[in-house]
Amino acid sequence: MADGTGIIADADIEGLIACPECDALYRAADVAPGSRATCARCHSVLISPRRHAGMAIIALAMTAVVLVAGSLWFPFLRIEARGLWQEATLWEVATSFIGGPLLLVSLAVTAAIVVLPLARAMLILYTLVPIVFDRPPRPLAARAFRLAEEMRPWSMAEIFAIGCAVSLVKIADLAQVSLGPAFWMFAGLVVVTVAQDQIVCRWSVWHSISPN
Amino acid sequence: MALDQPELTHVTARDAGLVACRRCTRVWPMGTERCGRCGSRLVSRDPRSISRVWAWWAAGLMAYLPANLYPMLETRTLFTTQNSTIVGGALELLSHGSAGIALVILVASVGIPIAKFICIAFLAMSVRRGSRMSPELRMRLYEIVEYIGRWSMIDVFVVAILASLVQLNVVASIAPGPASLAFALSVIFTMLSAQAFDPRMIWDGIDAEARQRA
Repeated sequence: MADGTGIIADADIEGLIACPECDALYRAADVAPGSRATCARCHSVLISPRRHAGMAIIALAMTAVVLVAGSLWFPFLRIEARGLWQEATLWEVATSFIGGPLLLVSLAVTAAIVVLPLARAMLILYTLVPIVFDRPPRPLAARAFRLAEEMRPWSMAEIFAIGCAVSLVKIADLAQVSLGPAFWMFAGLVVVTVAQDQIVCRWSVWHSISPN
Repeated sequence: MALDQPELTHVTARDAGLVACRRCTRVWPMGTERCGRCGSRLVSRDPRSISRVWAWWAAGLMAYLPANLYPMLETRTLFTTQNSTIVGGALELLSHGSAGIALVILVASVGIPIAKFICIAFLAMSVRRGSRMSPELRMRLYEIVEYIGRWSMIDVFVVAILASLVQLNVVASIAPGPASLAFALSVIFTMLSAQAFDPRMIWDGIDAEARQRA
C-alpha cells in the first residue's frame, strides 16, 4: 500500500487512520462490538466499540450534570467544635480564596471541579444525543466534541472527592467532622467519570460525526 | 487490521506522505493545516515541541520551589497561629498517628511532582540523544506521567476545602497560604509540559535506527 515514499491517492486516504501516540498507519476495519483494535507497535487502543455505548454515555453525562449541579447547593462537610459549627458547600470551597492574590487559585479550583465537568458533560450531550437518536449530527458537533476532549485532563471532579477524604482526616483532631450529601454526590461522580472513560470509543464518535 | 510489517518498522503516516490528526486519528495529505473532520491543527512533527516541553518544565520547577518553602496553610487556634508547609503538614500528621494520610500527601505532593520532573526531562532528552530504554517502556512512562499529573491537585483542593470549612471564629480558623498558588501553578505547568511532548517522536528514532541496520 505504502512504499515509504509514495503518495496515496485522495480517495484512499479516507479509510486510513494513524495511531495518535506513535503515528503508525492503519486501514480502519470493522471491529466487533466488545472487542478492541490496538496499535501493534505501541498498544494504544484505537477502536473499541460497544453495543449501546451511545445510550450509556448519554445516561452517564446526564447523571454527571445532575450530580455536579446538585452538589453545588448541598454541604459536603460539616464540622463542630465547642458548640460552634460550620458547613461547607462546593460554592464556598470554590470561592474560598476570593479577596486576595489567591483569587487565581479560586478560579482554577472552580473551573476544575464545577465548570469543566459540567461543560464537558453538556458538550458530550450536544454531540451524541442527535447521533444516538438517528438524527443528523449538529452543525458544531465536531467542534463540541473536540472541545470536550481537550477539557478532559483539566476536569478534576474525581480528584476533588479524594481531597475531601484527605481533609476529613486532616481536621479530625481539630473538630468533629461529618460528611454531607454532596460528598456522596462527588463519590458518585468519580464512578460516573471512570465509567464514561471506559465506555467512550473516540473513533466511533468521530466516525459517526463524519464518516469520512 | 495491522499492516504486514516487522515489529518495529511500521509505516507511519509521515512515511506515507500523510499528516495524522492526533485528536481524531484521521489522516490528510502532508501540508494540510487543519483536520477537515475535527478542526484540530495538524503538525506532522513539530520541531519546537521539545522547546515547549522544556519551557513549561522550567516554569513548573520554578513554581515548585516556593510551593515547598512557603506555608500552604495558616492554622489559628485559640492561642496559637501555625504556618505549615507541605512537608511540615505531612510530618505533623505523622506525629499525630495518621501515617496513611501523611503518606498520601507526601506521595501526591512531593513524590509525584519530583518523579514527573525527572520523567519528563528523561523523555525529552531521550528523543534528542536516544536511549537504551525500549520505546515501549518509554511510551508506558509517558502514559503514566500524563495520567498521574492531575492527581497532584489533591493538595490544592484540600487547602480550599479546609479554608472554607474551618472558620470557627476564635476557636479555630484556617487560611490558605501563598504556597497554594505556587503549587497549583506548578501542577498546571507540568501538565502543559507533558501535553507539549509529542510521543510520536519516541518512535521516530527507532524507525530510523532499524532502517539503518536493515
